Amino acid sequence: MRKKMIAMLLAGGQGSRLYALTKDLAKPAVPFGGKYRIIDFPLSNCVNSGVDTVGILTQYEPFELSEYIGNGQPWDLDRMGGGAFVLPPYQRNTGRDWYKGTANAIYQNLRFIERYNPEYVVILSGDHIYKMDYAAMLDEHIKKGAAVTVAALKVPLSEASRFGIIIADGDGYITEFEEKPKNPRSDLASMGIYIFSADKLKKYLTEDEADPESENDFGKNVLPNMLEAGEKMSVYAFEGYWKDVGTVDSLWEAHMDLLDGSDLNLYDNDWKIYSRSPVMPPHMVEAGAEIKGSMVTEGCTVGGKVERSVLFAGVTIEAGAEVKESIVMPGAVIKAGAKVYKTIIGEKAVIGENAKVGCAEAKVTLVGPEAVVADEETVEPGAIFGKEAVK
Amino acid sequence: MRDVLGIIVCNMHDDLVPQLTENRTLGSIPFGGRYRMIDFALSNMTNSGIYDVGLVPSKNYQSLMNHVGNGQEWDMSRKNGGLSILPPYAGERGVYRGRMEALYGVREYIKASTAKNVVLSDSDVVANIDLRPVIRQHEESGADITLIYKCTEVFREKKQCAALFFDECGKLLDLYLNPELEGTQNIYLDIAIIRKPLLDELIAECAAKDEHSFVHSVLMAKKDVLNIRGYQFDGYCNKLTGLRNYLDSSLALLNPEVRKSLFPAERPIYTRVRDKVSAKYGENAKVSEALVTDGCHVDGEVEKSVLFRGATIAEGAKIKGCVLMHNTFVGGGCELEWVITDKNVVIPAGTHLAGSEKYPLYIPKDTVL
Repeated sequence: MRKKMIAMLLAGGQGSRLYALTKDLAKPAVPFGGKYRIIDFPLSNCVNSGVDTVGILTQYEPFELSEYIGNGQPWDLDRMGGGAFVLPPYQRNTGRDWYKGTANAIYQNLRFIERYNPEYVVILSGDHIYKMDYAAMLDEHIKKGAAVTVAALKVPLSEASRFGIIIADGDGYITEFEEKPKNPRSDLASMGIYIFSADKLKKYLTEDEADPESENDFGKNVLPNMLEAGEKMSVYAFEGYWKDVGTVDSLWEAHMDLLDGSDLNLYDNDWKIYSRSPVMPPHMVEAGAEIKGSMVTEGCTVGGKVERSVLFAGVTIEAGAEVKESIVMPGAVIKAGAKVYKTIIGEKAVIGENAKVGCAEAKVTLVGPEAVVADEETVEPGAIFGKEAVK
Repeated sequence: MRDVLGIIVCNMHDDLVPQLTENRTLGSIPFGGRYRMIDFALSNMTNSGIYDVGLVPSKNYQSLMNHVGNGQEWDMSRKNGGLSILPPYAGERGVYRGRMEALYGVREYIKASTAKNVVLSDSDVVANIDLRPVIRQHEESGADITLIYKCTEVFREKKQCAALFFDECGKLLDLYLNPELEGTQNIYLDIAIIRKPLLDELIAECAAKDEHSFVHSVLMAKKDVLNIRGYQFDGYCNKLTGLRNYLDSSLALLNPEVRKSLFPAERPIYTRVRDKVSAKYGENAKVSEALVTDGCHVDGEVEKSVLFRGATIAEGAKIKGCVLMHNTFVGGGCELEWVITDKNVVIPAGTHLAGSEKYPLYIPKDTVL
């Protein structure tokens, strides 16, 4: 049976602005929200939207991501005639190439798309935290008879110059794109989510590939070319929580949003966010511990004070330690007497006894995965502390 | 290990905790925040490399089937072998009287297996047991049957408590059921390794004589003709004997040594994953000595308690010595002491409930006070 729509998820990003966190890890595999990784959001959105075939395009540090995806079972993506597929660049008889840009990455996998022969393809990125019904977007795409539909979010006009801005007519058809305009004329920011009618996708990707001047990017090349060619391009206005967590600050903020009860409702049983479970026992709160305004998950042991923080699986906070406005990723240990403020602690990092990390009034501090802060040591607020921090 | 078959009899001992088994098998009694009793028996098999496992329920097994599914969480969703749920055939006696009768009902499944040994287990024991050394000892000693026991105090309830006595060569000398003995004894943990051809014979023999009990008709009756030996388990274990024991063993999980023995990183206890969000603590939370599961929402005071998935403790509520199962809601200003709530219990704001440490108050599933 012909598939209505499949998804292609761009997960090759290095995420260089997350520094030490993405040194050995693709950005979509960065932990988020206590139990998840960033990629769980688009993957769960796919499944909840009825999309059962997802190609995941990887390039940068793919091992952990590939292992995490596995056969796709945690997302119910272990399906006959579909499911989750990790698609790294590969050698073919016409040559071999890394993925040169977002459009080229999809171009190199046109054969994968053709195997499933869908009517529509939704292009997603693995950098954003949001819940979205791609089926509703597809309905609008079909209703408006568009070649491509671009999801967009209203942003404050003052911030619009940070985004790719869409100018649309009264019927919701795109008339113009502006890439990070100085004086934005619209507050509709592109979310990097596109639904293409499959034949149009193939046509314009092939044309784009033939153009040696092209940067092979959807936003910069493919979409403007389609506009020029007079294709019907529709904008789908998304309302709800959407956050790019590509920087240390925004990753921290997104977690604080979660604690403050933002529009991102993870508790909705009709739109669950799925993840691969680490299979650990419930967490233990020891005598003398204090936990307030925080999220704690499986495998944690809390003996100290935890305030307005998110603890991931298997974290240990020893008695006498204090953790405030911080994010502690899987398996990290905060030893007795250590003080951690406004910090992101990477996976399996160890904060030594009586160490001081970060400060509530300063910028966000980052301790990289597997980094060890020695006993009594101080990590300056706003610093990036890692075994070898990526500069 | 493809040469070992696992058989778990799920409804044995149901009568020990009638409250908790009203709508479920003993194997599907929730335990430890996110587990069911059977998770321990199943995970012990997985962690010991035993992937061919038959579950033998007799009644009320919907919750059990819902929980284990195709066995995928225990890595038992296999093309060949894997997990098999073997409910009784219609027409045959549904509720088996004993283990041998239960096995008679699944004799064809056992016969078809090419395994050399069978691990016979119930689901009433909470323990993390590596079965590999047990099977090794069973093979090396040339035993026909090896019984796993724990050297421990005789149970207070003295129900389903079998004390084993061995001679100087390690052979079973005698077995006392529910003995009037005091102090430390070798208590049988209802887990046995038995040679498969022998098991096939014993099943046929017991059926022919209308005998149904493994303890009586096999262990006691044949202790002098068979080579029955023991294997002493040293880790933490609890054999469920009643509601008070359920409370005690639940609260025992607050002890770090117990958790270390039950949940070592190299031998995880697997369970059905439910994709709940992390537990959330409010600004008024005050928690001391508690095991808290994902999906909980805690804004009140919690002391010495176990909270299952999705339990809510509202602001101003106080609970102590409680085991609150999935989705229990405790409203503001409630005070609960030594209470066990089953799933989906709602306790409205301002309610005071107290059992005693020795006689916990049990509130059945779906009760809205």
